[in-house]
Amino acid sequence: MTHAVQLVGLHKSFGDLEVLKGIDFTVEPGQVVCVIGPSGSGKSTLLRCVNLLEQPTAGQVFVGGAELTHIDVDIDAARRKLGMVFQQFNLFGHLSALDNVTIAQRRVLKRGKRAAAEVAMRNLEKVGVADKAKQYPAQLSGGQQQRVAIARALSMDPAVMLFDEPTSALDPELVGDVLSVMRQLADEGMTMLVVTHEMQFAREVADVVLFMDEGVVVEQGAPARVIGNPQHERTKMFLHRVLNPTHADEAAAPS
Amino acid sequence: MTTNGTVAEAGPAPRARLSPRKRKKISLAIQYAVFAVVIAVVVLIADWKSIQHVFLNVDEAKKAFPGIITVGLKNTIIYTVSGYVLGFFLGLVVALMRLSDVMPYRAVALIYIEIFRGLPAIVVFMILGFGVPIAFEGFEMPHDPYGTVALALGLVSAAYLAETFRAGIQAVPRGQAEAARSLGMSQGRATFSIIIPQAIRIVIPPLTNELILLFKDSSLVFVIGFTLSGYELFKFGESLSTQTGNSTPMILAGFFYLCLTVPLGYVVRKLEAKQKRGRV
Repeated sequence: MTHAVQLVGLHKSFGDLEVLKGIDFTVEPGQVVCVIGPSGSGKSTLLRCVNLLEQPTAGQVFVGGAELTHIDVDIDAARRKLGMVFQQFNLFGHLSALDNVTIAQRRVLKRGKRAAAEVAMRNLEKVGVADKAKQYPAQLSGGQQQRVAIARALSMDPAVMLFDEPTSALDPELVGDVLSVMRQLADEGMTMLVVTHEMQFAREVADVVLFMDEGVVVEQGAPARVIGNPQHERTKMFLHRVLNPTHADEAAAPS
Repeated sequence: MTTNGTVAEAGPAPRARLSPRKRKKISLAIQYAVFAVVIAVVVLIADWKSIQHVFLNVDEAKKAFPGIITVGLKNTIIYTVSGYVLGFFLGLVVALMRLSDVMPYRAVALIYIEIFRGLPAIVVFMILGFGVPIAFEGFEMPHDPYGTVALALGLVSAAYLAETFRAGIQAVPRGQAEAARSLGMSQGRATFSIIIPQAIRIVIPPLTNELILLFKDSSLVFVIGFTLSGYELFKFGESLSTQTGNSTPMILAGFFYLCLTVPLGYVVRKLEAKQKRGRV
């Protein structure tokens, strides 16, 4: 079986700063993989390397068996298989919600106006913002914007969805709307690679949790093991800080 | 505390001889009085008869009509708008070249901007009006004088507009291009479908300002030299004024410039206020 995503010896440096120090892992079709770790650990950079928004310094990225890091790859075509959802939503401010979802379908997939609008409305319906189709991003709440962004990515029929801290910029009461859409996608069998700070989501939805720190994967496995019973000191320390923020200064609790 | 113990001193606050309220009243009264005196002096010294005769002469004004509108105002608008349209597209191209990955493009754009922003517009007009027809003999700009004027104003305004567009393009958040690319759009597609439309919205107020400036710069094209039918507002008013030795036509020309620029300035202020509220 071909892996949905495979990273081999991935390195990324910004100048002298080495952010990723050799990452190897695979995502199987239908899997939900959550990447957790302290800020600055390289999780977002890792995700951005998967669709080559960041060019890896060394190593290979395979998506559906095809190598994205190959020098002659048509990166625009390859990216169509990868939907991406950003922390800051990045909806196109000059377009309505509906046009945000149709523009790439029409310009990239060359779908007709009607066909694109149908796909868009189906996906907007799915994420629960169909009634906002005519609104502009500035008129929508953060949670609504992020759900439109998910619909926009879904409308390209991606094989894998990448989520880069999708709820980190949201007001606390809006996080749930976005997470429930993501959970629904996971239940439908979408392959997902999610960088997140939502431990509850990772614990309940992920098939595999990856803990990253200082540019390496420290620990990976089933959420019950990585979050419920971490083996490494750094993982314990991080989880303790995240799960008990008011007692962050105390030593890591014995688990 | 260094200020020795004012806080410790209890009792009523010290009072000045004049309360602040009274002092403010007196200060305002003086300001109004000075204003009134200056106005009175001007009114008394000025020779209103001769002022009216030279600047607001009804008979002279009548001679300016209808030409000042059907020729002067019309040509000013045609020159400015045609120059602006040309400058708009040329400026956009120069801005994209300025941001290009290809070094020679960046260099050409920079040189272009520095030359046409650095030269007085009147120098460019002189060169285009006199130098070019002699140097390129037999070459004729289409629809002269309109062709030459549009080119001259377009070349000058393109330099300013290019810098405005560049600022706008750079003001579009990076995430917009990333989102477009992650959806499979090529660099060029992302630029034209996503970046430029938003960049233009951001720079609409300064773009309108450039239009105001160009209306005024269009008064300099008289140096290219045309026949009467090519006169714009300034040249029209100027030629009437020198013929008669009366400044009323110039005042009229100035009035029509303001009719064009003041409403545009109002539009700019409205647009800026609207952008501040975050609805572009």
